Amino acid sequence: MTDSTASSPLAGTDADAEDLAHVSRQTSVYVYEVPVRLWHWINAAAIVVLCVTGYLIGSPPPTMIIAEATHQFTFGYIRFAHFAAGNILAVAFLGRMYWAIFGNHHARQMFYLPILNVEWWREVLFEIRWYLFLEKRPKKYVGHNPLAQLAMFCFVTLGVGFMIITGFALYGEGLGAGSWADRMFGWVFLVVGGNSHVVHTLHHLGMWWIVIFMIIHIYVAIREDIMSRQSIVSTMISGHRTFKDDDPN
Amino acid sequence: MPEIETFYDVMRTQGITRRSFMKYCSLTASALGLGPAFVPQIAHAMETKPRTPVIWLNGLECTCCSESFIRGAHPLAKDVVLSMISLDYQHVLMAAAGHAAEAALDEAMEKYHGNYILAVEGNPPLNEDGMFCISAGKPFVEKLRHVAEGAKAVISWGACASYGCVQAAKPNPTQATPVHKVITDKPIIKIPGCPPIAEVMTGVITYMLTFDRLPELDRQGRPAMFYGQRIHDKCYRRPHFDAGQFIETWDDDNARKGYCLYKMGCKGPTTYNACSTIGWNEGTSFPIQSGHGCIGCSEDGFWDQGSFYDRVTDLTQFGVEKNADQVGFAAAGVVGGAIAIHAAVSALKQAQKKTQSTPETNKEEV
Repeated sequence: MTDSTASSPLAGTDADAEDLAHVSRQTSVYVYEVPVRLWHWINAAAIVVLCVTGYLIGSPPPTMIIAEATHQFTFGYIRFAHFAAGNILAVAFLGRMYWAIFGNHHARQMFYLPILNVEWWREVLFEIRWYLFLEKRPKKYVGHNPLAQLAMFCFVTLGVGFMIITGFALYGEGLGAGSWADRMFGWVFLVVGGNSHVVHTLHHLGMWWIVIFMIIHIYVAIREDIMSRQSIVSTMISGHRTFKDDDPN
Repeated sequence: MPEIETFYDVMRTQGITRRSFMKYCSLTASALGLGPAFVPQIAHAMETKPRTPVIWLNGLECTCCSESFIRGAHPLAKDVVLSMISLDYQHVLMAAAGHAAEAALDEAMEKYHGNYILAVEGNPPLNEDGMFCISAGKPFVEKLRHVAEGAKAVISWGACASYGCVQAAKPNPTQATPVHKVITDKPIIKIPGCPPIAEVMTGVITYMLTFDRLPELDRQGRPAMFYGQRIHDKCYRRPHFDAGQFIETWDDDNARKGYCLYKMGCKGPTTYNACSTIGWNEGTSFPIQSGHGCIGCSEDGFWDQGSFYDRVTDLTQFGVEKNADQVGFAAAGVVGGAIAIHAAVSALKQAQKKTQSTPETNKEEV
């Protein structure tokens, strides 16, 4: 898909002939549709809130004696923020799953791994070599590169999915036996052997799993934006993947 | 003992007044979460139904369940429970000993075959063919299987019978195994706790007598009326939790004020039991009320959940005494460090590429 324009592709006066030649060749593909981008940023915001409040729920801030307990709800607000962000995250995730079915094919990439495809594994290997500085020139990808797809699947699809399931199981403890969360997610406690303390611990570890993802994700997105041959960061804002060159490979 | 037909008969023979009996019935009704309308029903059942025989076996245990059981809150609970269980066989309470006791067990089993409730305190160790717990010259596991065969239902008293408790804590050298993993063909009610609350114990037996069925059980097979909520949900210190007012160190001013014990590792938020509503020793107190966090004694594998005094407990799986946050933070630190190095190398590479590509005029540049 090329966006070539006939007459003058660039406005203003500071474009020279070289720039014009470039621009006339620039390619752009609409990859991330509105729901995907919206989900990405809602998800990101929710995760930040969840990590901060979640950590504080496990290790509460120092005791504040502002008023009698009746008139003070500090820890309650922290927990409320956690539950609210958790519900937003879960609903957004459901919406994202819906869009994986009804959106374009790029929207599906996060939810499966073509593990039977030898070519895909070769590309994964190539990407690993690229990150180990063993490849000089990166390849161009429209959607996620195969390694990114693997990471998204393990960290986001499985990671966030795990946090939603364990999160609602724990939430169900507060709502009480027979509540919707208990009926839908109460089985989680049986899976871990019955003691909900284990689920708390796993939920903690899950947070760190996602924190590690965040560190890698932000670093790699910026690095790829600079060093790869396509746009990365702006793609999640505009939806368009632009390429820096027209070379066939 | 003379021919005894009903619980009421037994109580009357023990000198319990009608008034006291009715008090017991209403106490039990409220403990079971039933309305006042059920009091006459309970009383009627106790007056008319034949006494349910209970055979009580003691396996690998510490007898704290029996100790709790004989300390029911109601002044008469002691007498009531003593008349409920078949005194012909209960290690702690029976008068007989040795062969006479075992003969009494056989007799009770034969007489009430298919009708008695088997109450198990403790659990069978399975290692070495069960030789770690010998009762009357035989491995306890054999006795358990033998007695369970003719039982109508099985009650697993306490954390031992329900989950394994301390003797099943890692590495569990005797392979102590909870009752439901050995007896698989009988309805089993778990009454976990170390020990369980006396009123819960008597309440369950009374329910079974009154309604001729097992009480409603939750997913883990515990009576929902007693184990449906966490200690935390009904804790009288809960307002301090919501306010964020915690005890920071033992015997600080907050401890004196009775703030929340969450930071001291209280397991109330992960423990299902009725301590915070029924209380212990005639409702006098319960651990949190006396200033100590809940240790989660009615939860599966509570000995293996790390310290009783940490909120976020250590993960033993990593072979180090570190909790989830410490492990996660270390992992994130390693990843962050690796990324810093990677970023530095990337920057160098990029700079190198730029200087190399400058002469060949914007072939690779944008």
